[in-house]
Order: sequence, then C-alpha cells, then structure tokens
Amino acid sequence: MSLLTLKGVRTNYGPIEALRGVDVEVNQGEIVTLIGANGAGKSTLLMTICGQPRPSAGTITYEGRVINDLPPHETAKLGIAQVPEGRRIFPRMTVFENLQLGATLADPQHFETDLAYCLDLFPILKQRRDQRAGTLSGGEQQMLAISRALMGRPRLLLLDEPSLGLAPLIIRRIFDVIADLNRTRGMTILLVEQNAYHALKLAHRAYVLQQGLVVMQGGGKELLANPEVRAAYLEGGAH
Amino acid sequence: MTTQTLTHRAPALLKDAAVAALLALVLSIPFIGLYTANSDQGQGLAVLSRWHWVGYVVAIVFVGRLLFSLAGDALARRRMRNAGKKPLVSIAMGHTLGRAFIVLALLFAVTLPFMPYSDRYVLDLGMTVLIYIMLAMGLNVTVGLAGLLDLGFVAFYAIGAYTFALMSTVFGLGFWICLPLSGLVAAAFGVLLSLPILRLRGDYLAIVTLGFGEITRIVLLNWQSLTGGPNGVSGIPRPTLFGMSFDRRPPEGLSSFHEVTGIEFSSEHRLMFLYFIILGLVLLASWVVWKLRRLPIGRSWEALREDEIACRSLGINPTASKVSAYATGALLGGFAGCFFAARQGFVSPESFGFIESALILAIVVLGGMGSQVGVVIASLFIVLLPEFAREFADYRMLLFGAAMILIMVWRPGGLLSNREPTLKLSSLKGAGP
Repeated sequence: MSLLTLKGVRTNYGPIEALRGVDVEVNQGEIVTLIGANGAGKSTLLMTICGQPRPSAGTITYEGRVINDLPPHETAKLGIAQVPEGRRIFPRMTVFENLQLGATLADPQHFETDLAYCLDLFPILKQRRDQRAGTLSGGEQQMLAISRALMGRPRLLLLDEPSLGLAPLIIRRIFDVIADLNRTRGMTILLVEQNAYHALKLAHRAYVLQQGLVVMQGGGKELLANPEVRAAYLEGGAH
Repeated sequence: MTTQTLTHRAPALLKDAAVAALLALVLSIPFIGLYTANSDQGQGLAVLSRWHWVGYVVAIVFVGRLLFSLAGDALARRRMRNAGKKPLVSIAMGHTLGRAFIVLALLFAVTLPFMPYSDRYVLDLGMTVLIYIMLAMGLNVTVGLAGLLDLGFVAFYAIGAYTFALMSTVFGLGFWICLPLSGLVAAAFGVLLSLPILRLRGDYLAIVTLGFGEITRIVLLNWQSLTGGPNGVSGIPRPTLFGMSFDRRPPEGLSSFHEVTGIEFSSEHRLMFLYFIILGLVLLASWVVWKLRRLPIGRSWEALREDEIACRSLGINPTASKVSAYATGALLGGFAGCFFAARQGFVSPESFGFIESALILAIVVLGGMGSQVGVVIASLFIVLLPEFAREFADYRMLLFGAAMILIMVWRPGGLLSNREPTLKLSSLKGAGP
C-alpha cells in the first residue's frame, strides 16, 4: 500500500527549479533511498514533503490525503517526522529535554516506553542523559536526532543524510539501526544519502536524482549492481 | 615562562598601545585641545588651546591600553592553566548556592521596609529595582527564552503606564481593575508587534522592534488630545488596600488606613504598601515564568531559540510560539508600567525613551540570557551601581559603563550563563551509568 506518493512535483527557489517534475512512491513498511550528487534536489525533495518550501506544481499524497499546502508543523502532526540535515539538535538543552521535545506530538502515556526504547536503541544516550546536547560528539548527536524524531511516534521517517560527517564505524551503526527500525517496528523510511553504498544496500527500492529529475529507479540491490550507478556514485566511494 | 612570553609579546603590545594613543591624539586635538571662551574684547567667542591636556589624554590612553592588554593576557593564561582542573563550584554546589541566594534575597526583600535604616530613599530605590526586575523578567521571556531580540521593549512599559493613567483619569477606574487591564492591553500590542516580525531575525528584528519602541513614544508625545503630549497625565490615583486609602485625609467614599487599623498615620505606610505591591507582582511573575518554562509552551520557546527548523519538524508551530512569547513578555511589561504610573502619580513620554529599552536589555544580557536569578542580580547591579557611584558625580555613568564592559569581558555569557535544565529524570533512576 502506498503511504506517500509524489506526482510531477516541482519546487522552485525563485527562478531556480530545484525539482522539475519528480515522481516518487513510498510504500508502507519500505525503506526507500534517494541518491544523487550535490545539488540534485534530494534535500529539497524531503523539505517539500514536509511543507517548506511548497511545491509549485504536482501533488504530494500522504495516506490518501493531498498535503501540498500544509506547513511543516502540520505535516509533522500527520506522522511525518524529519531528521533534518546536519542533525539540528537543541544544543543548550539536555539530551533528555531534546527527547522530551521530540515527544511534543505523542500521547504522554507512551512517553516512558518510548524513552526506554530510544535509550535501548542507543545506549550511549543513557549515559549522556543530563548532559547538554551540544557537548555530544557528531555521531551521538545523530543518534539523538533520530531518537528525538522517534519520540513523536511517526509513521514515516524522513532521514536527510544521516551519515554526514561521521566516522565509518559510526555510519555502520546508524545504518544498522535504520534497518533494524524497519525490520522490527515496520517503520517506513525515506532515506536521502550521499553514501550510496550503505544506503542502497539496505533499501528495498531506490531512486537516483539528477538535476531535479528522477533518472533511474529500481530495487536497492539492483541499482547497487548497475554499472552506471557504480560509475557515478560508488567508484572510489566508501565500501 | 611567563616572562618569556611577555618579552615575546612586548613589541605587539607596545604597538597596539601606540596605535590607541595615536587615535586618542587625533581625536583629542579638536575635542580637548581646543575650546571656546568669551573673548577678552567682550564680543564673540575666542578659540583657545590647552595642549597639555591632550598630552595627559594620550599618556592615559597609552598606559591604559597597555595595562588592559596585559590584564587580558594574564586572564587568558590563567584560563589555560585552569583548563584541565575541576571548576571551583560544581554544578550541584551551584544549585545549592542558587537556592540559598533565592531564600536570602526573598528574606531580605520582605523584611526591607521594616528595617531601621529603611527610609524613603531606600524604599524608593527598592521599588525601582523591583520595577526593573519585573521589566527584565518580561524581556527575558522574549529575548532570553524565545531568543527574539526586542530593542523596543519600553513600548509595552509605556502602554501599561498610559493605560492605567488614562483609564483612571478618564473613567475613574481604580488600580486593581486597571492592573490586569494594563497587562492585557500591553499583551495585545505584543501580539500586534509579533505579527509583522514573524519572518524576521537578527538585525532586521532589531530594527523593527526599535522602530516600534520609538513609534510608541512619538505617538504618546504627539497625541495631545488623548495623552496630553509632553505634559503627560497627572492626578493618577494611588492604589488602595481593600478600599482603604493611605492618605491622611482620604478622598470621598474611601476610608483611610490609619483610621481603620488604628495605627498612627505615617506617610511611609503608603510607600511600604507600594513596595509590597511590586514585590508581590515580581514574585508572582517569576513564579509564572518559572512554571511556564516547564510547560510545553515554555519549552517550545526555548526550542525556538535553539533551532527553528528542528522545531517545525517536531510539530511545534513557530508562529504560535513567537506570538505567545511576545505577548507574555509584553504582559509583564504592562504590569510594570501600570505600577510605575501608580507609584509616580504622573506619566510622561520622557520616562519611556530608548535608553530604558537598552537598560532592560542590558539587564537580561548581563544576568545571562534566560536566567531568572541572573535577572535579579543584574537589576540590583544596574540600578544600585549608579546610586553608589553618586559621589563620583559627573563620572558616575563613565564608571557604570566601564563596569558593564568589565563584566562582559569577565563573563561573556552573562553572570549566570549556565542554563538550568527544566526537568531531570527521576522516574528512571538507576538507568544511568
């Protein structure tokens, strides 16, 4: 069943067209990956789904409802959680307060269970609980950002370059958790990545974005084996 | 090693001081070296010179700048030495100290009017401090918690004051009815101001809020028919206690405090009463803000200050947060204004210039953005320092400015820059390391 459908979505920044008619579909329980070079429009696509900026044409349908004109805090209420690029945790607040803010939209009765779940997912956060989030390492901040999004009990998780600026070992840990979230909780995930190898390996389906257009799509493993994809995004990349 | 670095740095420091001295020389030739006096011939002005003064100034600047740099170096070295060491005051100890300070300050504030040394002057000063605490608490919500700069906060203070002044003189309403009204009117203007600035930040926000403050003052100054223009509004009635007036001969229809209670009349009772009103207001305000910080609305303010984009993705409506932050800040400013009008019995636009906005902002920044205890300490400092420095007469404001600079150099994040978490986890004890 399709959870999120984008049809002919265009997004402009003034005269610049960042997305030029994109069709993307995310089904319930899938991990879908978007890969592409810098400036291909990956982040714009995620942000357009969230509602800032708004698409200039096309439709975004979520659970059968057109959400083109909803602002970000409204799409969040529908269960779409974004882990923004660059993590964007609240640096002067403690880890615990960050998680608490993540639960803004969730029913308070789930708070304890969700908190325990997140702290189990990333045990390091347990130790850092009352520490200021700004003092965490990059990897820990990414873990916090993901946990914070999970505290809102989303039905669709949008991840914008979770591997950005992290060490290979931490990247592996983050991707393991993403796969695990999908497997054990059935979480639907739309993942935007530069790190094509890891991202394609765990994706059910994937899209390749180039200059605001989808130029290729298919199963994750399938694209991983594709010579063109290998040449453009993988050769010499992180394996 | 210290002397080694010093000799190493000496040329740079001397050069720096020389540049400062040169600048002083250039500036002081026209400003200090030349002056005008009535000429001996009786008619017109003559331009005279006093070059030795220029010499003094240049010398002072040279030595001062050199000492300043040396002090900065010493501070930096000490900081480096202390880098690995444990802080002098641990977080837990800081917490206890904070508690102790609050209790002591409260005791002091409550007993102040009954102290033998408390005369008119002390009570008046106490009230001024409390008004500034109230104002700074309001601005602390907007600037400290929500991170929205406001250079025109005095507008809400003025609106609160004029609301009471006009309501009482035109409609004959009393202080206790006008107090909430003033707050609400100010809050309404807070909402009004927040609408055009939803998309602005940083410098732009500063300019718009500055404009708002000035517009308010200029409207008050020029709307002669309503506000009386520069003459202001006078004859504002004094607050009453359950219908009892504190005047020797109460106005018609009111009983007087000394007759009802049988306590001998003293004009100081009125001051004590006013003092307790503003003390009560400040306590109420600080309690409310303290409480708000722990509610979703207060947390959303702080989240907004930290990262607006993240806020949105978590479902926090930034518009609602901003509007409510401005309204809450304005509400407290309005209360302070209402009390100010009641204390003075007279309001005029002169009391609400930009310097007031700047002072209130200075209190918030000096105290450490968002810190309520910091606001109290900084208010005491800002109001009392110029008073203690009265002996220095003309140099009083100079000292005041210098003290502010020193504090900001010493504690760049404000006096209390450590943000207190709103909540610690107690239900999951034992889950930690």
